Amino acid sequence: MQKTWNNKAWFLVLPVLLIVALNAVVPLMTVVNYSVQETFGDNLFFFEGTRWFREVLHSDRFHASLGRQFLFTFTILMIEIPLGVIVALSMPKSGVWASVCLVLMALPLLIPWNVVGAMWNIFALPDIGLLGYSLNALGIDYNFTRQPVSAWLTVVMMDVWHWTSLVVLLAYAGLQSIDGAYYQAARIDGASRWSVFRYIQLPKLKHVLIIAFLLRFMDSFMIYTEPFVLTGGGPGNTTTFLSIDLVKAALGEFNLGIAAAMSLIYFLMTLLVCWLFYTLSMKGETQ
Amino acid sequence: MIRTRWFVTIFYILFLMLPIYGLVTMSFKTTNEILGGFSFWPQEFTLDSYIKIFTDSTWYSGYINSITYVLMNTFISVLFALPAAYAFSRYRFLGDKHLFFWLLTNRMAPPAVFALPFLQLYSAMGLFDTHIAVALAHCLFNVPLAVWILEGFMSGVPKEIDETAYIDGYSFPRFFTRIFMPMIASGIGVTAFFCFMFSWVELLLAKTLTSVAAKPIAAVMTRTASTSGYELGLLAAAGVLTIIPGAIVIWFVRNYIAKGFALGRV
Amino acid sequence: MARINLDHIRHAYSPNPQNEDDYALKEVDHVWDDGGAYALLGPSGCGKTTLLNIISGLLVPSEGKILFDGQDVTHLNTQDRNIAQVFQFPVVYDTMSVFDNLAFPLRNRGMGESDVLKRVNETIEMLDLGAWSKRRAQGLSADLKQKISLGRGMVRSDVNAILFDEPLTVIDPHMKWQLRSQLKLLHKQFSHTMVYVTHDQTEALTFADKVVVMLGGEILQIGTPEDLFERPSHTFVGYFIGSPGMNVLPIALEGASAHLGAQAIQLSGGVSVQPSAKVEMGIRPEYIHFDPNGMDVAITKVEDIGREKIIRAQLEGSEIALVLNENEPIPADPKVSFKGAGINIYADDWRVDMGA
Repeated sequence: MQKTWNNKAWFLVLPVLLIVALNAVVPLMTVVNYSVQETFGDNLFFFEGTRWFREVLHSDRFHASLGRQFLFTFTILMIEIPLGVIVALSMPKSGVWASVCLVLMALPLLIPWNVVGAMWNIFALPDIGLLGYSLNALGIDYNFTRQPVSAWLTVVMMDVWHWTSLVVLLAYAGLQSIDGAYYQAARIDGASRWSVFRYIQLPKLKHVLIIAFLLRFMDSFMIYTEPFVLTGGGPGNTTTFLSIDLVKAALGEFNLGIAAAMSLIYFLMTLLVCWLFYTLSMKGETQ
Repeated sequence: MIRTRWFVTIFYILFLMLPIYGLVTMSFKTTNEILGGFSFWPQEFTLDSYIKIFTDSTWYSGYINSITYVLMNTFISVLFALPAAYAFSRYRFLGDKHLFFWLLTNRMAPPAVFALPFLQLYSAMGLFDTHIAVALAHCLFNVPLAVWILEGFMSGVPKEIDETAYIDGYSFPRFFTRIFMPMIASGIGVTAFFCFMFSWVELLLAKTLTSVAAKPIAAVMTRTASTSGYELGLLAAAGVLTIIPGAIVIWFVRNYIAKGFALGRV
Repeated sequence: MARINLDHIRHAYSPNPQNEDDYALKEVDHVWDDGGAYALLGPSGCGKTTLLNIISGLLVPSEGKILFDGQDVTHLNTQDRNIAQVFQFPVVYDTMSVFDNLAFPLRNRGMGESDVLKRVNETIEMLDLGAWSKRRAQGLSADLKQKISLGRGMVRSDVNAILFDEPLTVIDPHMKWQLRSQLKLLHKQFSHTMVYVTHDQTEALTFADKVVVMLGGEILQIGTPEDLFERPSHTFVGYFIGSPGMNVLPIALEGASAHLGAQAIQLSGGVSVQPSAKVEMGIRPEYIHFDPNGMDVAITKVEDIGREKIIRAQLEGSEIALVLNENEPIPADPKVSFKGAGINIYADDWRVDMGA
């Protein structure tokens, strides 16, 4: 659509600008403020320059939780995006069953995050939970409160359970927007099922998959409530991801400077990855 | 071929339903039965947990608090986002692209980063432990989302509609409320759904900004879990009750969910 | 290439059609020649797309059979019918190059790479796509994309028919003309059986050897452009073809003369019709001319359309149109007469023959 140049449009945007700025700029300034100061209790602050940043960037603890974070995010993206696409491809295309599927699939997205954690806690308890009990009954030694691998896998499974539907809905919407003529043309050209996917569906899904990737990347990078309720970050530090570590530092140890510096590094990283991914994926488009 | 397809869908839905099934059955069990060991189906079916929730004001006021701030947030988000989305979909103006991108970056702000500063900010404004505080705080991620989705829907309405209305002598506010908003009614519905959803599921900020008067149900649950020991049946029942509002809302917008996603742009 | 045999085909979208009106396509029973260029012409909702979908295999007709070269293909699906189709909106494989787009149908059928190279290069030559062969199909203009769609059909040497579903809808006007003449040329050179659906009479008349005019699920006439012009078999064909359309005037018959109000017009032969039938005379504006000895008319409007003028006038209470060269004068006391060769007689909208 051809848009007209009109600076008065700023008046329409102003309310949004104010309300978001109130929530974004003021807290961000507070965080920046903390990140360069040392505090010894009530309102006593000393300027520390970049000390916290240097400390965070050189601390093994930060490297470890960053590593765990990347491994986790990478794993769930590798599972959720392909699985979401596969489910979207196999869903009914229309009719009552399509609606039923959509509603059932959207359900996990509307459950408060701590309830998701609590639900999975109950589900996975080795002695009384459906999953934990069944696995142990099958002879698999499973106890997510004691075994690091079990805990890590449970958190991954929980995230897949919680968020794959988002990818399904996005991919389903993308598939619905493909005109029937494309499938007809592919039949005429004798294309195989795989070719239809590779040359028609996948290119048309590219746009929504970029959205899915970005949303899932951002959200998994800031994941806090669900693993916190499920495992509390344990056993040991196995499921201590960035946000959990951050809250531990800020509230548990009252190490505000470190926590603030971590926050900023972490926020900048998310921004950078999203920007890089977005720019790279759009470059392919205009070529 | 048809069989495999059904198999994938059914298997996935089964996977989604199992933990919910676990939660629902547990909510109908007595504490003794729960702690006594695993059972696939309640041996002694009981509604005690639900009765407790509906009779104890610390429990049910939690629901009222949650629903209150979620509805407030949904209303504020849509109201503020409507004119802004119109501006982005119809006009070019100084810094529009940067502004749009900046708005979206707030969707990336991790609540864990902002929890403490939020507490200080809203305490300083004297809004601590009020519904409006949570509703305003959730605007951080819901307003950008609302602008994003609405802009997609508005761009689908041809500009000639606006021009015709102005020629016919409509003022901007009258045109916007009488003609334009009814045309994008489904878009507004979808947007409201997403605002409802993200405000309803968020807990960290809601918990941080409240203590008693506006405490959300999810926070009541967390505290119960830690203070009154292992009342799993009660916890499960409260969990089941938090799923119900979401399920009702999805049912109403089921035919528009896919559309709302498709029209958003990066 | 194939001869297409439409054997008593009817189609209804509802499962239990009760009466004639439930059929989206009323009975069709025709044979279309091998190598012919057919245009299905009619307003939207006339059943032309239904008929095309039956030929392409997207729909199975409720009744009747369809045969390609005598072989029954009614229940074969699209890929087994060995046809090609160009759609209303360009369908190309965005991520592939133009070359790969054209090679796609051949590779899917397991053709060796050297043969693919040869066939595709020939097709690229045919369609003048050489300059773009290495480019990605995404972002090309609509007319180039339509050529690629066409190319994916032409690249296969064995297609039974090429179907076109309003292929010029999204093409710029000046490119429309160019594409149409190129298509005509390709048909002359390679004589594929072509079926072309359109609601635009110019497209139909310039493209096709035979035009199939449809209305309300029914085929009104199949004929050469000349047939449609000179001898429309239904008053609708008369209106629909030609600009302005045929004049249709209510008459009363008496032997070999037709009475139009107070006027009597001599016909070339006698006509017999049912006494209860509504009788009309059809005459194209091109066959009406000013004549000092003719019938009185009152001119209501003159439209100048460049090289010609369209005169609208009242004749015995009926509206008529006639065409005049731009430099011919309009007489002060206008009288007109009809050229006998241009007169057709209709009973209840269908044309009836005049005896000698």
